[in-house]
Amino acid sequence: MISEAGIWTIFFLPIAALVIIFLVFRPFFYRRPDLASLVLISALTAALVLSVWTLKSVIQEGPLTFESHSWVTIGDMEVSIGLMVDSLTAIMLVVVTGVSLMIQIYSQGYMKGDPSYIRYFAFMSLFSAAMIGLVISSNIIQLYVMWELVGLGSYLLIGFWHHRPAAAAAAKKAFLVTRIGDFGFLLAILYLFFNRAAFLDQGLNPLNIADIHAAVPLIEAGTFAALGGLGLTWVAVGIFAGAAGKSAQFPLHVWLPDAMEGPTPVSALIHAATMVAAGVFLVARFFPVFEASNQAMSALAIVGAFTAIFAATMGLVTNDIKRVLAYSTISQLGYMMAALGIGAYGAAIFHLFNHAFFKALLFLGAGSVNHATGTFDMRYMGGLRRVMPWTYAGMLIGGLSLVGIFPLAGFWSKDEILGHAWNGGSVVDAVVFSLLIISVAATAFYTFRMIYMTFHGEFKGGVEAERSQQPVASPDEPGRKVHLAESPVVMVLPMMVLAAGAVVSGYLVNPQRGLFEIPVHWFSSFVIPALAAEAEILPLNRGLAAVTMIVAVAFIGLATAVYLRGRRVPKGVEEALSPARQLASEKYYMDDLYERRIVARGFYRYLGGFLEWFDQQVVDGVVDALGWLSRNVGWALGRLQTGQTQSYAMGISLGILVILVVYLVWG
Amino acid sequence: MTGHDVYLLSPEISLVGLALLVMALDLFVERKGILPLVAVVGLALPVALSIVLWNDVHSEVDGELVGVFGALTVDKFALFFKFLVLGISALVLTASVDYARRLPRLQGEFLGLILLSATGMMLLAATTELITIYVSLELTALPLIALSTFLMTPRSSEAGLKFLVLSGISSALLLYGIVLVYGLAGSTYLVDIAEVVKEPLDPDLAFGSYALLVGIILIVAGFGFKISSVPFHMWVPDVYEGAPTPVVAFLSVASKAAGFAILLRVFYVAFPALEVDWALLFAVLAAISMTLGNLVAMVQSNIKRLLGYSTIAHAGYMMVGLAAVASRIENGGDAAGPSSLLFYLGAYAATNLTAFFAIIAISNKIGSHKIDDFAGMGRRAPVLAGVLGLALISLIGIPPTGLFIGKIFLFTAAVQSDLVWLALVGVVNSVLSAYYYLRVVRVMYMTEPTSEEKVPSSVPFRLALAVSALAVLVIGVAPRLLTWVTDVAALPLMP
Repeated sequence: MISEAGIWTIFFLPIAALVIIFLVFRPFFYRRPDLASLVLISALTAALVLSVWTLKSVIQEGPLTFESHSWVTIGDMEVSIGLMVDSLTAIMLVVVTGVSLMIQIYSQGYMKGDPSYIRYFAFMSLFSAAMIGLVISSNIIQLYVMWELVGLGSYLLIGFWHHRPAAAAAAKKAFLVTRIGDFGFLLAILYLFFNRAAFLDQGLNPLNIADIHAAVPLIEAGTFAALGGLGLTWVAVGIFAGAAGKSAQFPLHVWLPDAMEGPTPVSALIHAATMVAAGVFLVARFFPVFEASNQAMSALAIVGAFTAIFAATMGLVTNDIKRVLAYSTISQLGYMMAALGIGAYGAAIFHLFNHAFFKALLFLGAGSVNHATGTFDMRYMGGLRRVMPWTYAGMLIGGLSLVGIFPLAGFWSKDEILGHAWNGGSVVDAVVFSLLIISVAATAFYTFRMIYMTFHGEFKGGVEAERSQQPVASPDEPGRKVHLAESPVVMVLPMMVLAAGAVVSGYLVNPQRGLFEIPVHWFSSFVIPALAAEAEILPLNRGLAAVTMIVAVAFIGLATAVYLRGRRVPKGVEEALSPARQLASEKYYMDDLYERRIVARGFYRYLGGFLEWFDQQVVDGVVDALGWLSRNVGWALGRLQTGQTQSYAMGISLGILVILVVYLVWG
Repeated sequence: MTGHDVYLLSPEISLVGLALLVMALDLFVERKGILPLVAVVGLALPVALSIVLWNDVHSEVDGELVGVFGALTVDKFALFFKFLVLGISALVLTASVDYARRLPRLQGEFLGLILLSATGMMLLAATTELITIYVSLELTALPLIALSTFLMTPRSSEAGLKFLVLSGISSALLLYGIVLVYGLAGSTYLVDIAEVVKEPLDPDLAFGSYALLVGIILIVAGFGFKISSVPFHMWVPDVYEGAPTPVVAFLSVASKAAGFAILLRVFYVAFPALEVDWALLFAVLAAISMTLGNLVAMVQSNIKRLLGYSTIAHAGYMMVGLAAVASRIENGGDAAGPSSLLFYLGAYAATNLTAFFAIIAISNKIGSHKIDDFAGMGRRAPVLAGVLGLALISLIGIPPTGLFIGKIFLFTAAVQSDLVWLALVGVVNSVLSAYYYLRVVRVMYMTEPTSEEKVPSSVPFRLALAVSALAVLVIGVAPRLLTWVTDVAALPLMP
């Protein structure tokens, strides 16, 4: 069994990499940037080994519990720092370190020649450490600190090319929008804190995650002095707000497409595989709280399912390959949230696991394509399958897995989610099922639209054509020139590893029949008991699987007809669809709503205008008066400081006299 | 005096020996640079002896060793202050290497007097008998008075003389108070006094009798002078302005810590029965000290005077820990009044030393203590300005610094003792104080430098600065490292 120190080491390895890169490599070895990346890669390799060891220990021994360490005690509240290592944590550790390792290897090729190469790997170390810290936290304050550090890492990396206005703006947007959700999370923490008396009565600590879990049955049984009625729902809603911000759920999804301004490996790691999945992780971490509240579960299910279809429709009309993938990520995260909302806990985590592989793969493929063409606009690509066969193969595997084609990874987890919705029987389940099955169709269509536009047909000139037609195109991502060739081995190799994952991870870890040593439904039965949740494990529903496959294949066929065979859509249909297309291209005017209406008009003009008046007239008036008063009182009191020793002695004597008189008169 | 007594006094004895050694060496050696080195390295001996004593005390059943006719009690409370004073002395001696070198003469005396004053402070924390307390107090004060005049300038001499006269007056008041208490109790031992004053003699009267009323208030006045509480504070700005800066640094943290040590000891051991009365007195003095200190600090233009008023305000915050008596019984935890006061003293020592060290280096270069002359230091001396900024942030009480946690502990203790009003006064005062602390930061970073010259500093100085600045941060991030010792150190005071 792995020791406590071993698990902490996983967290401290990337921290050490950060410190070494910043303190040693940036000042002294800036001529050899390649060494900096090796530091992080070796740290992550060691971290991956330890994570696998942790997973093995959890498989053999069940959840590992360690004494937590008291950090600070204030009054009756103790804030501790500790480890919570159950199956969920163990799996997240392997995913985070594994995917991060692959992406750092890839980054060596992708970022080669960037003047800020060393800074890139320093930020990546920070992010990796924070993400690891997030999944191992046993205390909600500790978790919150890591949660914000993850957000900071994301901010720094989205704005990595900060000289580019779009990147700077995107970083700011991501930070602000996720912060709205984080505020909800903070309110949930404060709500728990203010109800601490009830927890302390039961010998529980409202900040310890395990204690919150333990309190839920007591609250449901009514033997708890607080949080009854809607109390738990408020906690759940607050947590979900935080999760929705990070996981880009409607209506806080607007930052993720813009976040594609960051370097592509960053998008692959942070905005596809790990950080955005942190929202799903958070809900999973507090799943017992959600389960105790029907309202929260329904909200989760409906928001998730709606996000799934909503984002998918925007993916249908976007021409930027990374934005298509971003919408696809939002949509898939919606699947996971919806799965949690209908109680399909195992399926949600299973999908998170598979998604990490195939989505990271797709992003790396997009980066590879960009490496060759210099652009992200699919209208200037085409025909790349001949020059980039490996990238093509990787993208195809990732795409098929995303669509959910048998027997690739995505198929198994997606069908498990749909199966749960189908079997559920309530109205919410029915709504979730219908929205998700439509999303399957949309996913199939946009994925293959992307693959055909990128890899098939004729090459349309890449960044050079883009510049000639749109001269304002943004400058200098590395290699912004056409250089039609397969990417170097350091980039292709990680893609192949992830592709292998995208092929087998679905069946291998969660087989329908016993496979070698792996028991039936191993993954689901491994994850679920961590919470003693009421989630059940469903066998594959063959009929349902057939239906989803037919839907998926039909829409792949439609995409083939339109984008590969070049069939014109009948005019009537096109005209009928045109308003919808317009709506989706404009992102349902939500950016417009947020930026122009709410922020510019609502906040700046009305609220800001009022506050300015209030500030100028009322607050400043009071502050000025107080400032004037304190300075003058200070000045007057300062006059007492005459410099005369006898007056000081007089002060002492008078002071004693006043005290004496006060005690004698009022004592 | 038995062998056991010598053992109990061994840290102090070795310290006196060290002081004499340094002064004697000064007569013989040519290279004066070696003197501070001897002083700092020599501190290892009293530290080691204190560690031995700690282990010994730890193994005692009642957690204390009593000796010297019962006048000396070595417990973890006393040892905490011994370590604190020794640590402060080590840092101040290291940081004043450059400063001492520029003194025209008496370099050995400069170092020796600091060590002698430290001896008095260490004794003070361990004495439990009023006459010994008085003697230790004088041993603490007199070397500091001499040190105040060391610049040999009119300002410095004036500061020393004022300090001498006012210190004499406060000693007289203290002695008067001691006499009255002795007259009533018939003993100068704190435990015996507690025995006599088991309960208020006359429940209708404050402090139970007129003798105690006057006696205790005079004792408060005597100690209040040491900790620079209003209305016994007026010497502070003048002495701070005139005395050599390393001496001020030492005075502002070590002398204050010793003053609080003896206040805690006397009031918690001798007069627990009267706590309702004296807790109120400290609460009111706390509120007045903070408010007055902060208000007057706002109009200061000299950084040393500013820190003088700042230290008056901080004496106010610290007295909150004295006033928060009710919290000590219910919880022995971090937030109890005395243990949070000890924590605050530790964090304040680190913070104030950091601030003074940075000021020593900067004003050595620019030859001025005017805040306006610190213009552009953010560019001229980025490290010094950054560290000074850190110390000022800590003095305001902003995370992640030591005094932030310290204020949380103190104000929580106040709330638990039903002193919500006092906690509120403290919070409002913390906000007020941001005005003048941040003004210094603004001058350093937002105004143009008057010259581009860098500010030099020596290696030992940088070491001391780094240690104290790091301590500010470490205490702020991992308060456990300090609370584990302050918690056990406060236990001997608990009934």
